[in-house]
Amino acid sequence: MKMKRGEVIVLLVLAVGSVLAYLGKINGWHSGFMFPKWLSITIVSLTFLSMVWMLVRTIQGKLVERRIVFLYVGIAVALPLLMELPQKIIVSDIVRAVYTELEALQPGSKVLVSFDYDPASAPELQPMAEAFIAECFERDLTVIMMGLWPQGPQQAAMAVDSAMKRMGYTDQDKVYGVDYVNLGYQAGNEFVIQRMGSSFQSMFKTDFLGTPYEDIPLVKNVKNFSNINFSFNLSSGFPGTVEWVQVAVDRYGLRMGAGNTAVQAPTIYPYVRSKQVLGLLGGMNGGAEFETVTGLPGKAIGFMLPQSFAHLIVIGFIIIGNVAFFREGRKSRLKG
Amino acid sequence: MCSLALVVLIFILTIGNALAQEEVLPPDSTAVVEEAAYAQPVLNLQAEDKPNDAGGAVRVSWDVSTDDDGDGGIIGYTIYRGTAAAGPYEVVGQVPSGKSDFDDGNTADSLTYYYKVIAMNDALFSAGVTEVEMALATTAGPVQSSEQWFDFRRINVFAGTLLLSFLIIFMISRAKAGKKLFIRKIAGMEAVDEAVGRATEMGKKIFYVPGINDMDNVQTIASMTILGRVAELAGQYDTWLEVPVCRSLVMVTAKEVVKEAYTKVGRPDSFQENQVHYLTDDQFGYAAAIDGMVVREKPATIFYMGAFFAESLILAETGNATGAIQIAGTAMPSQLPFFVASCDYTLIGEELFAASAYLSREPKLLGSLKGQDMGKAIILVSMVVGIILETFGIWEFSQLFSVIE
Amino acid sequence: MRREIPLLITAIAGVVFVVQYFIPHSPFNHLDGWFSDWFSIVQACAIVLGSLNLLMISSQKIARKKEGWGYAVVIIVSFFLITIIGFAGGEEFRDVGTGFDWLYNYTYVPLSSTMYAILAFFVASASYRAFRARNAEATLLLLAAFFVMLGRVPIGDLLTMWMPEGFRMSNLATWIMDFPQTAGQRAIMIGIALGLVSTSLRVILGIERSHLGGE
Repeated sequence: MKMKRGEVIVLLVLAVGSVLAYLGKINGWHSGFMFPKWLSITIVSLTFLSMVWMLVRTIQGKLVERRIVFLYVGIAVALPLLMELPQKIIVSDIVRAVYTELEALQPGSKVLVSFDYDPASAPELQPMAEAFIAECFERDLTVIMMGLWPQGPQQAAMAVDSAMKRMGYTDQDKVYGVDYVNLGYQAGNEFVIQRMGSSFQSMFKTDFLGTPYEDIPLVKNVKNFSNINFSFNLSSGFPGTVEWVQVAVDRYGLRMGAGNTAVQAPTIYPYVRSKQVLGLLGGMNGGAEFETVTGLPGKAIGFMLPQSFAHLIVIGFIIIGNVAFFREGRKSRLKG
Repeated sequence: MCSLALVVLIFILTIGNALAQEEVLPPDSTAVVEEAAYAQPVLNLQAEDKPNDAGGAVRVSWDVSTDDDGDGGIIGYTIYRGTAAAGPYEVVGQVPSGKSDFDDGNTADSLTYYYKVIAMNDALFSAGVTEVEMALATTAGPVQSSEQWFDFRRINVFAGTLLLSFLIIFMISRAKAGKKLFIRKIAGMEAVDEAVGRATEMGKKIFYVPGINDMDNVQTIASMTILGRVAELAGQYDTWLEVPVCRSLVMVTAKEVVKEAYTKVGRPDSFQENQVHYLTDDQFGYAAAIDGMVVREKPATIFYMGAFFAESLILAETGNATGAIQIAGTAMPSQLPFFVASCDYTLIGEELFAASAYLSREPKLLGSLKGQDMGKAIILVSMVVGIILETFGIWEFSQLFSVIE
Repeated sequence: MRREIPLLITAIAGVVFVVQYFIPHSPFNHLDGWFSDWFSIVQACAIVLGSLNLLMISSQKIARKKEGWGYAVVIIVSFFLITIIGFAGGEEFRDVGTGFDWLYNYTYVPLSSTMYAILAFFVASASYRAFRARNAEATLLLLAAFFVMLGRVPIGDLLTMWMPEGFRMSNLATWIMDFPQTAGQRAIMIGIALGLVSTSLRVILGIERSHLGGE
């Protein structure tokens, strides 16, 4: 637990910075604040030059420490949030497929959205959840939400709140219980999905707010998956998309799309190729592409600039690491 | 002559014009309304008990209306249901144009039902379906839903399960009969002894992390098997083994496994209750707690065996930074690259399940591995055959592996 | 009997779960529901065991002033704080504006997000260390990582705008994800599925019993 003076100073600076950022947020000091273009370009240029300098030092035999890698990743994800640089997002077929599915639904169709994640992965999944709900509302589709993770329904409530604000809807425009409903959390993992195959009501006696299932107009006639026109699963692990595919899609023929964290997404690709998952939003990039195709820009597009920079920084360090490897042979090892 | 010709011409033109006008004359307005409100009905309407289900569902099918030609004449079909042929009927569902079936999943097995399907165009949709139209529509039924004794859509899965089970049991019986079986070296398993020995030499702890899933996951069961072996070695060398767990049931099981292992190597007194302890069910709370313990206590060896998700890299990188020797094993494909990057040895997928056979060398367990390999060989051959047949446009073979409708 | 009863329960539950997949008729279609209900009940009761164990170990640490005992104090205080505030909120404890809601939004959410965000830093350091062109296979891996990382962000296409459509970064990344990546995933998944079947069969038949504390 012994700390160097430098580390204490860095920690203090970070703590003071966080407090100031929080105070700024609640008081609106920096709302809409963005770096001027010349400053953005200067920061990018300096970062690039410093990476080149690190490369030169590596060639000279001085290896980069782990903490330097961390510092650069921190800069790459934080500073671009305040930059305004043009970026063009190209929508991939796998994302467009989800949009096409929604496009084919008639107004009033029932869409089941399962929120199988917790706040930890919310930064990555929440933007796509908000965009999906907003698009459903835009198309007058009715939305039934639920969660196989205890914190899922909380995330669902937050996503609806945000989507309503984004679309400028009031509680009269989209009525709870008629246009959307939050059925809440049910323990039991994939068994919940299996039993929903015969009866939703057996798993959700009441909704998130405690209203009895039979008193909710939207789901009064929803018995099982045969009454659902499309389903979308937001997942960051177990239980998640794989379980929905294995039970709801395989056994009950549910039409399903999915939104997954970038780490999980590669596991879902085989199911997309076999058409068990009709479309996939993978990570922040998937969210940004969905926002682009729906024409409803949100948080994900904003986060693509930091992601671009972070990827470039990681690629930069991979190049530096390889230079070190070829210089030092197999002995090279990350210090720190 | 000229004037006569002119008169004849005018006469001909007038008659011609009048005839042409008669040809394009619109029908009277009443006829227009009736024509618009009328949509050609569906044909060949049928209702049958939905096959391969647990009851409670009827499948209604029909041939689409001749007006349903994709130009928007028909906007959809409304499905009505009644418990008597004469009615009354209630709406049970709507499907878009072009669709020719509907599953009514809301039936009671004890009742008899009748169905009608009305093709809807814009005029009908806004005016509403009248009793006359309902009376004119054809009726399907009577039909009753019922439970089935076998789901024939899964007959291929059933055959596959039987075949694989047979192969595994057959190879187990051969192994029991004394047939010698070869098992390839698994580097990660070979390193277990070395890793425990290293901790003993350094006088430091061993951490065993059994993943974040409960005992209902086969990966956790496989992990408990490996824990038994690690605990035996730790007991022999008298090295402190700590098992922080994420699920209460895993804690109970792990305690039992470690206790038994210590007893087996003749050191029951060395076991302490707090060696296996619960932290939290929360994924990242668990990762944070283990990271803290690793940074503070700097164990010599860390095992990660079981089901892991996004926390895998957070755990493994922290362990790597402290210089611990790390052995991981998981069947989560998305986490394997992280473990490979950060750990010294990684058991990839099926190697985790093979661990108990590998460690115990018991013929019965080795036999099951052999049966599993034979299953894999059959799948590989099927894949090659399928690729060749598909290349030549023969699809029937590959369809054997999809859901049979 | 200490071994036989768990083995019997395992065998019955295992067979029931296999059978109900093929037979939709009652009572088989309800059996898995009953078993899963029982599992949920046992699991819920076991949470008490876990919580007690956590409190006991943490209390011991504080009592013996073991290294890092301050963290044990944080555990105990947090445990009681969130439990008491949760119960004090009554049935509406999850509603907006309650104490529990405040704790959830302003402590649990940011702490969890922070832990997840650390992943970005560790991915960078692990990539820096692991992606090395040691041999031909590693070089291929390195190139694939390079294309996917650039192809997944808008800047990748910006850098390759001048190239023909099919060779732009996003297309290359999509190709890698759709074909080589999916093929690899499938291979691993098939192996894992067979391993799962084999292990499950061993457990159901009682051949594998080391997880019960003995061979």
